[in-house]
Amino acid sequence: MPSPYILDRTSVTVVMAWVLAALLPGIGVYVWLFGPGILLTLSIATVTAVAAEAGMLKARGYPIKPFLGDLSAVVTAWLLALSLPSLAPWWLIVTGTLFAIVVAKHLYGGLGQNVFNPAMVGYAVLIVSFPVQMTQWAGPLELTATPLGIGQSAAIIFGADVPKSLLDAVTMATPLDTLRTGLLQQHTVDEVVRQPIFGYLGGTGFEWLAAAFLLGGLLLWALRIISWQVPLAFLVGVWLTAGFLHFFDAGRFGAPWFHVFAPSVMLGAFFIATDPVSGATTPRGKVVFGLGAGFLTIVIRTWGGFPDGVAFAILLMNLCVPLIDQYTQPRVYGEVRKEPRA
Amino acid sequence: MSRPLFQFKGGVHPPGHKAESNTRPIHAAPLPKKLVIPLRQHIGNPAKPVVSVGDHVRKGQIIGEADGYISTAVHASSSGIVTAVDLQPVPHVSGLADLCVTIETDGRDEWVAREPLDLGAPPAELRMRLRDLGIVGLGGAVFPSAVKLDPGAAQVCPTLIINGGECEPWITCDDVLMRHFADEILQGVAVMRLLLGSSEILIGIEDNKPEAIAAMQAAAAKLDFAVEIVAVPARYPAGGAKQMIETLTGKQVPSGKLSTDIGIQVFNVGTARALARAACHGEPLISRLVTVTGHVLRPQNFEVLIGTPMHTLITLAGERDGNTGVLMGGPMMGVPMPNLDVPVVKATNCVLVKSKELFPPLPKALPCIRCTRCADACPAELQPQELFRFAKAGDFGRAQEYHLFDCIECGCCSYVCPSHIPLVDFYRYAKSEIWAREKDKRASDLARERHEFRQFRIEREKKEKAEKLAAKAQAKRAELAAGADTATPAAADADANAKKALIAAALARAQAKKDEVAPKNIDNLSPDTRHEIEEIEARRAKIRELARQPLESEEKNS
Ligand code: SF4
Ligand code: SF4
Repeated sequence: MPSPYILDRTSVTVVMAWVLAALLPGIGVYVWLFGPGILLTLSIATVTAVAAEAGMLKARGYPIKPFLGDLSAVVTAWLLALSLPSLAPWWLIVTGTLFAIVVAKHLYGGLGQNVFNPAMVGYAVLIVSFPVQMTQWAGPLELTATPLGIGQSAAIIFGADVPKSLLDAVTMATPLDTLRTGLLQQHTVDEVVRQPIFGYLGGTGFEWLAAAFLLGGLLLWALRIISWQVPLAFLVGVWLTAGFLHFFDAGRFGAPWFHVFAPSVMLGAFFIATDPVSGATTPRGKVVFGLGAGFLTIVIRTWGGFPDGVAFAILLMNLCVPLIDQYTQPRVYGEVRKEPRA
Repeated sequence: MSRPLFQFKGGVHPPGHKAESNTRPIHAAPLPKKLVIPLRQHIGNPAKPVVSVGDHVRKGQIIGEADGYISTAVHASSSGIVTAVDLQPVPHVSGLADLCVTIETDGRDEWVAREPLDLGAPPAELRMRLRDLGIVGLGGAVFPSAVKLDPGAAQVCPTLIINGGECEPWITCDDVLMRHFADEILQGVAVMRLLLGSSEILIGIEDNKPEAIAAMQAAAAKLDFAVEIVAVPARYPAGGAKQMIETLTGKQVPSGKLSTDIGIQVFNVGTARALARAACHGEPLISRLVTVTGHVLRPQNFEVLIGTPMHTLITLAGERDGNTGVLMGGPMMGVPMPNLDVPVVKATNCVLVKSKELFPPLPKALPCIRCTRCADACPAELQPQELFRFAKAGDFGRAQEYHLFDCIECGCCSYVCPSHIPLVDFYRYAKSEIWAREKDKRASDLARERHEFRQFRIEREKKEKAEKLAAKAQAKRAELAAGADTATPAAADADANAKKALIAAALARAQAKKDEVAPKNIDNLSPDTRHEIEEIEARRAKIRELARQPLESEEKNS
């Protein structure tokens, strides 16, 4: 007797479609800031992800249509694509996506079974294996003299003979890289952020991208696709940790707002750490998960070997999920007396 | 209505579909030719049939007696001839047939004599009368009301809540009941108040029933005691007893306890009306309001005699093509009916006819993505995704640890699950598995105990027998030995020291006896008598000799 006989209309497909929709403002700003190259990156990742997903489903004997239709592979592809440098070569995109779908997702049991966030696994594998290619960022159009058209982007992505002069003209270090490098060269934060790559809160342009991701995230929250705990705790974790360091030595540690308004943090807080499959499930667990990821992000950015810590922070917290869940089980109805909620 | 309300956690907002059936007037369903009245229409022991085939019964006559305290009587809903007392399909979750009384109605609808209850009688007597009038909770749980109207050791239940929540989609029988019978409901409330000694009376009604709220308020204004009508936010399952309690009082019923433990008792509005009919008119519970809705031409509420086949109601409401099945109850917790001959029972609040358009087949389930929408929706504040994981893996112990048995099977989790996992089915499966195992375990424990006891008894009997035999044998041997004045070889055979001691004692006793008896019996006797005695002794000795053979063989065997 399969009661209930009615269902909410929200299916996995609907959830994933909303996640994709909520990424659109971010993608729009991305195109406006860095040129249309990202669209190519997204397409390559999507095609690769869908093909890999279909292949793996077939190999594992699962029905392809309902699983492919859930759009979860596309979400993974987009999240990875948005984390990659805007001018990453095509094979880097394909390799990362394949790794995310085939290994991180399907070899761990497929939808719902993966312990680690697939997009972040793909990202981590790439940055460890190909650190050089992982820094080919197009500079914000505002700062680079020659805006990069779709053709030139394609040429760079597909590795055609691009004149070195062109590449040098359009690529720049990201604000995080700049800060990191500057600090390593014994400059103070104040000196570093006087460079044009830095804007009001984050990097020039980058802060707009962060704002767009924030907007999409708020949409997801308003639609109850994501809960408030993870993103808020993540941002608070980043802000508190960065703020703590900044408070003690403003010369060596960036301002908390600068860290919070990095696109990777916003994307991580609202779109990646909120991945239900690999995240904590209890309400208190979500807070712990978010705070932990935020804290680790700053720790890795500050003392780790990579400019950005979001991916590793989330992967590390993924590891802790079973423990977090176990120790944060909420009380059930009527279990212990408590003050009534008004 | 300044009462502060409290919010229970979880819940969902499925489309209500109330307007389809709540605007038409109540119709009395016509008297059917045949009534099939199940004897199990309440929680507790089923009623014991007291009529047999061929009996003529009148409307309201008892056809099944209450069997014990947690039980109620069952009555004929109309006059006619009993044509069968046998197993019939009934609208029960199990889908199994149950004992029913079938009555061929005679169309005269003749009542038995009825008498209003004497409300001045001792409460215990009143409760027995209510039990014999078949009053049970009409909110769905069909718990015998007499039991719930017993405040128990506390003597008084301070808070009485009347539940007019009716949060399941499609169902409107309580709504129209409140609109049309507000006065009667409150008469029933007065009886409850009397029996429970309640000082605070709250009537919770979902705020999507403004007409019902208005009618109840108007009726309450006429009372000489205070009744508070409270509009509660419409949300499924706001009409669940525990949720209603929390909304109105902010209190949660402790897990595994009854609401009376925190001084609260809850009754459905339909129960209140049935109670009023019983108290004021001596009428047993033989009919109820039933919503017939869904895929029919004229969805509406009917006053239906218990035992009326469901298909007559569907015909009455206008059958349509494309019927894909019928539920008893609403779409969240309703139960599919095996066929439409099943009768309306006291628990039947709604006959919901399905169609492809209204109830499209449920999509295939996808894996759980741990989104915890289910946990957000669960009014029992459980972690449904964990319960599902454990139930699916067959880890019933862990499922129990995660409070499986606090699940009220409301279906909120299944309703919101984006992967369309039939979560509640897994919980029912896990619960039934656990019950079956407990039952098996109990049965096997019992069997083992019984077996062990039997073994023990056999052993004990054997030992006792052997001891007795041994003692007897020894005594006899000793006696024999003493009689024959020679040590018997059997005595020499004895291996155990204990045996020897026994023999010695027996010998001594025998000697003493002989010494004591001999002069009396032998010395002063005539030679004839003595000879007689000797002969007898010789015969005895022979018999003893004979008797020793099987004894020895038995001794060897053991
Ligand atoms: S709602 Fe469904 S998919 Fe989401 S956690 Fe619960 S069971 Fe899993
Ligand atoms: S059916 Fe059980 S687990 Fe699901 S929401 Fe209701 S009480 Fe919670």
